[in-house]
Amino acid sequence: MLIEIVTPDRNVYSGDVSLATFPGSDGSFGIKENHAPMVATLKEGKIKVIDESNKEQFFEVKGGVVEVNHNKIIVLAE
Amino acid sequence: MANLKEIRSRITSVSSTRQITSAMKMVSAAKLRRAQDAITQMRPYANKLKELLVNLSESTDDSPESAYTDSREVERVLLIPITSNRGLAGAFNANIIKETNRVIAEQYADKDVTVLSIGKKADDFYKKTAYNIKGTTLPNKTEQIFDDLTFDNVAKIAQKIMDSFSYKQFDRVELIYNEFVNPAVQNVRVEQYLPIAPPEQDEVEVKAKSDYIFEPSKEFIISELIPKSLRIQLFKALLDSYASEHGARMTAMHKATDNATELIGDLKLVYNKARQASITNEILEIVGGAEALNG
Repeated sequence: MLIEIVTPDRNVYSGDVSLATFPGSDGSFGIKENHAPMVATLKEGKIKVIDESNKEQFFEVKGGVVEVNHNKIIVLAE
Repeated sequence: MANLKEIRSRITSVSSTRQITSAMKMVSAAKLRRAQDAITQMRPYANKLKELLVNLSESTDDSPESAYTDSREVERVLLIPITSNRGLAGAFNANIIKETNRVIAEQYADKDVTVLSIGKKADDFYKKTAYNIKGTTLPNKTEQIFDDLTFDNVAKIAQKIMDSFSYKQFDRVELIYNEFVNPAVQNVRVEQYLPIAPPEQDEVEVKAKSDYIFEPSKEFIISELIPKSLRIQLFKALLDSYASEHGARMTAMHKATDNATELIGDLKLVYNKARQASITNEILEIVGGAEALNG
């Protein structure tokens, strides 16, 4: 599934991933392939993405919104 | 006819001016590219955010309520003109100040107006007027913002403006800035910042509705998104203004360089004519002298 992490200053990351975990306002959660459409807010913390070659990457965020829709994740981070 | 030495020194001075203006043009062109890139980077974020907000407010029955949508009787107005720190950009700053004065005179003549200037030029103009900021929590040193134009810095100012609105220091906030159209064209825009105008739904194409899961709740997400979109709005206005500034300066300096080139051409012509005339004079004198000896 495709993930795009954008901040107002630039596009931080975009690519195919197999798993992404987010620091949600109500606790951390992970998203895998074929997740139902959802919108969630984030609090301060780290986003972890695991891409298809099993490489982990971390991104610090101060807050933001995640939209998941048909295997496309868009993170509006701050 | 001016003497040769005078013309020569004018030519030197004009050509050194030309050198400066053409250097400034180059610098502005480079900065313009960076500023334009920043706008293109920011646009997907802004569009996505708007789309989300529209999607969300569509699926709730009542329009989103928050401290920032509260429209009150307008008594105290905050105007935010955005100018540059430096001049030599044609009518760029003059347009903003003119428009701000017009808005004050035509729309808020009998209201309590405060001006929060962003950029040194507007600040220079308004700090001595009755509209200058007094006794508020607003930032009044905003010149440094252009040295490091990042979202974080802008967000801090936006937060202070939003606070002053929700504490009812002001009933209405408006932005006045140059919108970037292309390097040679800027549009002066007056935009209502607070209270938030209801989103224009036809601007964003509404996608087929999906049944979203909301985490934690729809209301919470909306209340998070509204301040976010306000911060983005200010950031966008600043980026627009920044890009316009360099566009305007580039155009102004280009014209100045052209004018200098033309002036140098004219001066050279005059110089050569004067030189020719003085040579002719000298020959006449020599010939005249020789003839007098012979005679």
